[in-house]
Amino acid sequence: MAMKFEKKGDGTYMLDVCGYVCPHPQIYTKKSLEKMEEGDILELIFDNPSSGETIVQMCDQAGHEILEKKEEGGKLIYRIEKG
Amino acid sequence: MENIEKRNQVWAFIVTGVLALISLIYYNADVYYIYLVVYIWFGFAYGMMLQYGRFCMASASRDLFAAGVPRMAVGILIALVFFSLVSVFLSATNMSTFHPGPIGPHEVVGGIIFGVGMVLAGGCASGSLYKIGEGNGTSILSILGISFGQAIFVDVGGVFNKLLPQSWVETAEATKWIPADKMTSWFDHFLAGYVLIKPQIVLADTKAISSMAGGTMKYFLGNSLINTIIPSLLVLFLIYYFYTRKGFMKKRKKKKASTGFGAEIAGIWNIVTASQRTTFMGILIGITAGIHIFTMKGMQIRFAVNNFGQLLTRMGHTGDVSITGKVFDPGYWYITTQESQFAGWIMEKLGWNVRDNVFFGIMNGLPELWRNPALWMSLGIIFGAMVMALLKKEFKFKLPKGELIVWGLGGGLLMGIGARIALGCNIGAFFIRVAGGDPGGWLFGIGMVLGGYAGVRFFNWWTDRKMAKEMEAF
Repeated sequence: MAMKFEKKGDGTYMLDVCGYVCPHPQIYTKKSLEKMEEGDILELIFDNPSSGETIVQMCDQAGHEILEKKEEGGKLIYRIEKG
Repeated sequence: MENIEKRNQVWAFIVTGVLALISLIYYNADVYYIYLVVYIWFGFAYGMMLQYGRFCMASASRDLFAAGVPRMAVGILIALVFFSLVSVFLSATNMSTFHPGPIGPHEVVGGIIFGVGMVLAGGCASGSLYKIGEGNGTSILSILGISFGQAIFVDVGGVFNKLLPQSWVETAEATKWIPADKMTSWFDHFLAGYVLIKPQIVLADTKAISSMAGGTMKYFLGNSLINTIIPSLLVLFLIYYFYTRKGFMKKRKKKKASTGFGAEIAGIWNIVTASQRTTFMGILIGITAGIHIFTMKGMQIRFAVNNFGQLLTRMGHTGDVSITGKVFDPGYWYITTQESQFAGWIMEKLGWNVRDNVFFGIMNGLPELWRNPALWMSLGIIFGAMVMALLKKEFKFKLPKGELIVWGLGGGLLMGIGARIALGCNIGAFFIRVAGGDPGGWLFGIGMVLGGYAGVRFFNWWTDRKMAKEMEAF
């Protein structure tokens, strides 16, 4: 099983950690955001609801903004702007 | 989309309905089973609350160290404070089923092993149960690891007995209340020769506290204020100071707000309210755990027993109980021992003699699974969480794959071993003990945090490696 971290375009990245459970989604999200520049966008796809609460608070504390949250077919998709 | 919602609601009703039907069948079979039914529904309530609040104690230290998020650490501290306050009234009115545990370094050691295990497994003992209710297959493996890890750990002897200090073996063999045929495993010697001779303390009952206050005040002062509230506030302050203060003050400076003493208080209040659903569930879980104790004690008084084993014996199920006539019946929220009984039951059916030891043979018995009260509480947690997850459209069955199989099983095994060394998990050895006024609970808590830190360091290293591979392309 593998996580996917891809550059989708200029300043846009995608992190897919579907299938992973705690604590992997939150750790990979933190590390991905650390590798990005301020203002870059991360599209995070995960399916472990328990990680969501932690990711929201982590972004709030670090000053990242969650632009959009949606749910598609059991997958959670967050669009996060690095602050 | 509407169809999924409807289907989930139907399933939520079916699960609840089946549990209600099971409760009725038990009650109809014998009124004594009401004792078991109460465990089911408190478990169900815990499950709903744990799932709603994402209340997994593994994330208390893990998310703090790994992501700087104090949400769960704060949630636990709040639950502890509320549970301790309810416990004051239970103790003062003699309605408490709480009993302290032996205090010693074994709790720190057990806590460390448990702490590493819960980070690897992705959930603590109670957290893994509620996550099974969300459809998380890795958590099923964790619980299997906890179950068999414990059952095997308490029953192995032979070469393992030779690893123990001679003084423990001598003390254990001089113990009069344990028949020789039950003193076989290394764990028996560890228990009788080392753990059970350690002191057991409830702060309110110590001379120092009893001489200062009496009645309800004694329990408030010793068990709630000194053993729970003050240490919890201290930990809260440390979390604020080392993890969130810098960011909070930076934001205030940006907004040109004051940064004096009032700001510090606002900063602490901010971490309490940052995740409202976790904090709210902390309060509710704390109060529910207190009401649970009150209800169990009430039934014990009603049936004139202090253990469900006595009721099983009255009903003729003598094969379920230990030689002292008991089964595992904590009288409050507890995880792990019942899981070890689940594994022990399977091992016995496969021909393994698991009753030739203190753990099953004397202390906890080995009831049939359907007559195991605490195991029904665990099932209640799973189904309560499942109902909540279904209603929130968060239920999704996920088979464990690849590395998660290793982390789930390995982490579960470590949690099982740690829980036996410390005589409990994040609930029984930490949460219940601290709020009950037993300072030993904090020793397990410290161990759990240290183990959590080590687990996070390991995962940081592991995930760095995987990220580097992914990043090779750009």
